[in-house]
Amino acid sequence: MFESVLVANRGEIARRIIRTLNEMGIRSIAVHSEADADLPFVREAVESVNIGPANPAQSYLDQAQVLAAARATGAQAIHPGYGFFSENAEFARAVMAAGLTWIGPSPEAIVQMGDKINARNLMETAGVPVAAGTREPVTTIEEATKAAAKIGYPVMVKTAGGGGGIGMGVAHDEGTLAKAFDQASRAAARFGGTAAILLERYIERARHVEVQILGLNDGRVLALGERDCSVQRRHQKVVEESPSPGITPELRERMLAAAARAGAAVNYRGAGTVECLVDADAQDFVFLEMNTRLQVEHPVTELVTGVDLVAAQLRIAAGEDVDIDATPRGHAIEFRVYAEDPKRFLPGPGHVTAWVEPSGEGVRVDSGYEAGNTVTPFYDPLMAKLCVYGATRAEAIERGRAAVAGFTISGPKHNLPFCAELLDHPEFVSGDYDTGLVSRMRS
Amino acid sequence: MVANVWKVVVAEGETVSDGDTLVILESMKMEIPVIAEDDGVVAIKVAEGDVVQEGDLIAVIE
Repeated sequence: MFESVLVANRGEIARRIIRTLNEMGIRSIAVHSEADADLPFVREAVESVNIGPANPAQSYLDQAQVLAAARATGAQAIHPGYGFFSENAEFARAVMAAGLTWIGPSPEAIVQMGDKINARNLMETAGVPVAAGTREPVTTIEEATKAAAKIGYPVMVKTAGGGGGIGMGVAHDEGTLAKAFDQASRAAARFGGTAAILLERYIERARHVEVQILGLNDGRVLALGERDCSVQRRHQKVVEESPSPGITPELRERMLAAAARAGAAVNYRGAGTVECLVDADAQDFVFLEMNTRLQVEHPVTELVTGVDLVAAQLRIAAGEDVDIDATPRGHAIEFRVYAEDPKRFLPGPGHVTAWVEPSGEGVRVDSGYEAGNTVTPFYDPLMAKLCVYGATRAEAIERGRAAVAGFTISGPKHNLPFCAELLDHPEFVSGDYDTGLVSRMRS
Repeated sequence: MVANVWKVVVAEGETVSDGDTLVILESMKMEIPVIAEDDGVVAIKVAEGDVVQEGDLIAVIE
């Protein structure tokens, strides 16, 4: 096992990784921007290095700075968390070239899955179902119009290199297609992805269900159960739960088998997630994309399987044999606590004057902030993940209500009132909901 | 809300219509368009890269 690991991330996920490193007796090294110097993850790491100004391009996304910090502290490996460098094959290669271990899949697997067009085509070949869509990159509005007419409206427009919902848009006709295409093109240029656009048939009233996989050193790919991420605003997840209340045991079995095949197709090693869209009425699914990293919502799987996914990543990266009994038990729900207003979901950073987390049986909080910190506008709005576990979904919901009510945040705007509203919403409580739920709640 | 002025979409003195996007703000990795609420000639009061807060003047339409 490693003696030391540098965490190239910030906030709640850096803190969560550092917790496991500390528990395993591995020297944890944090890197942070000037704006994040007083956050808990910096203090809880054994060592920390200031790597530059608040602007992520000059700190968390500055390869030279991160590698220099690794050299200065004698780090043996780098864990990228999610976002930032996590799906950056060039950085993964730079880490290896520097003689360090990259805690993640091979750069080749990142490249193959990072290009959403290539991933789609690859999955089709591996026998994983995909939605009707474009097989070649679309670069002009004329091509997009032609492709959309062939696929049939509504279509989903997204960037081949994008992720996290950024730049994604639904087009219902030629008029809205132009707008969606323009938005996707701008996002692609801005977030440094390729300029290629991908069009896919949009499934209305779909559920977003993903499978956690773990690629082992002996070549096996384990599927550790699914997470239902259908509670979304702006195509970004707000609440996730496992098991999914919207799929039958037969469909689950098919999805888990397909996810393992998807991982095997790229010789996947470590933790990854195969995202799918499920047509709940037809009880069928299509491949959406694969995230070649630890997922934000990984605690949901940890709660139902009892597996520490970060520890598994570390063991696999260190070349150890991992044997996991991943039979899920009970029900887990995660609420993303965002610094945003609960009505329109607009960002609301600010100074944290009060921060009191709930605790108790079946409650887990992964947070990035505490009282006295400032949530700044430079980074994404995720402040904490409130996770609850129960023997049944009903018990998890009951614990969720108490935990949301017991979480106090003053200063930044936050969406806890939305979480409370959701937990009393008949559609969510019934389990029979889809990705349109949040828009219906706000229409 | 604190945001950065990411992009000024219209030119100074341009004639705009109700619903046109004037400026795009960015905060917490989210784009927030500032939309014209009337027709007229626009005067832009911010530059790309500026930091703006609630209540700051971004543009005037006359």
